[in-house]
Amino acid sequence: MNDLFGNPKAPRGETDDAGSIAVPRPGTPAPAVVDIDAPARHARAKPGDRRETGMPQESPETSQPPTPAPWNEVVRDALARNDFRLVTYIPDNVLRPLIETVEADPFFTVFATTREEEAVGIVSGAWMGGMRGVVLMQTSGFATLPNVLASLAVPFQIPVVMFVSERGTLGEFNIGQALVARTMRPVLDALAIEHHTCSRLDELDFTVDRTLRQAVATQAPAALILSPLLTGGKVFKA
Amino acid sequence: MSPPAAPSCLTNAKSMYRADITRRLVRLLDREEAVIGGIGNTNFDLWAAGRRPQNFYMLGSMGLACPIALGVAIAQPQRHVFALEGDGSLLMQLGSLATIAARAPKNLTIVVMDNAAYQITGAQPTATAFAADLVEAARGLGITRSNWAADEEDFERLVQVARNEGGPTLIGVRLDNQPPAGQTERDPAQIRDRFMRGIGTKPPHPT
Repeated sequence: MNDLFGNPKAPRGETDDAGSIAVPRPGTPAPAVVDIDAPARHARAKPGDRRETGMPQESPETSQPPTPAPWNEVVRDALARNDFRLVTYIPDNVLRPLIETVEADPFFTVFATTREEEAVGIVSGAWMGGMRGVVLMQTSGFATLPNVLASLAVPFQIPVVMFVSERGTLGEFNIGQALVARTMRPVLDALAIEHHTCSRLDELDFTVDRTLRQAVATQAPAALILSPLLTGGKVFKA
Repeated sequence: MSPPAAPSCLTNAKSMYRADITRRLVRLLDREEAVIGGIGNTNFDLWAAGRRPQNFYMLGSMGLACPIALGVAIAQPQRHVFALEGDGSLLMQLGSLATIAARAPKNLTIVVMDNAAYQITGAQPTATAFAADLVEAARGLGITRSNWAADEEDFERLVQVARNEGGPTLIGVRLDNQPPAGQTERDPAQIRDRFMRGIGTKPPHPT
């Protein structure tokens, strides 16, 4: 069971092992207003629907305005539309809905690696072999990547697209995450890697779709930073 | 600290010449197999063994020959892919062997060029000069087809078996301390472009 923004639904007060809880984005509509678990939401994509067009769909059975897809489904559909079949990841609580969404779709080849730079190597090899791919990671994992980006993805002109779930800001409870997060954008800027911060659901499809296309067209790596404003992030449960 | 005698499991394996082993491998390749050369002297000897459009020469990104080879193997399951990696490089990214074992690509063979030293930086000993055995490590991480080559003929036999019977496979090669036979031209974009044309991802250059 996921909420509107793709976060697993948990009873109030339920925490994970780290003593934290994934929370929905502020302003999430109450379930009474929009039934986000309606069967149509989870139906497989058909030609002409959102996966093809990126546009919200009118619900045929009600007069309600179209329900926006949760962020994880928007990302999945943009990946599929642009033929990015390989999804490598180093897991993270915030990324969990996206990992589960692509794992449930046989279009994708999805697996975990032991390190982020290993995943960048795998995606680089796959792209040279004709298969497009992405790496999902957390901010702290991105901090392990400057060497592989500077020695492989950038100079060899390989479009490795990185999705980074942003820790270290907007309610961070771990000082190490807060510190290492500040290295991320300066590293991306220093290597002249295209990057965008995704904080709004209504802009997400456009940003992901165009970034994937540009990475391929310009043969350049890119990073999409998934803000807590989009995903709900991860906060300490006091 | 001077290294003790090599572990007993290695003492039966002959110490071989990396440039010769690399030439033997390249001579066996008659099906446009992809070869990913890891950083440093492993890479230089692949270059010196004769340019093939199916060779990828890694520059920097130490330890990533096996992950890159895994990516190629996943994208092109009909093509056999070889990763050539040094002992120091593999020690840096041992987890990649566990990932490879989990994915279990039949078309991937790893050749570990083990001279027990960081030869290119002054021959400082690696952990394999002491007690580490990378063939045993690979087995422990799930690559069960993992063996030391006893000599040059055994190496060629193991390559044929790996290619014909399917893997993933790891072949350990003990090396002497001879220097590399050449040095790779450092032009990353051209290396990548030639490789992609060599393995059919991009059309071949008109001749």
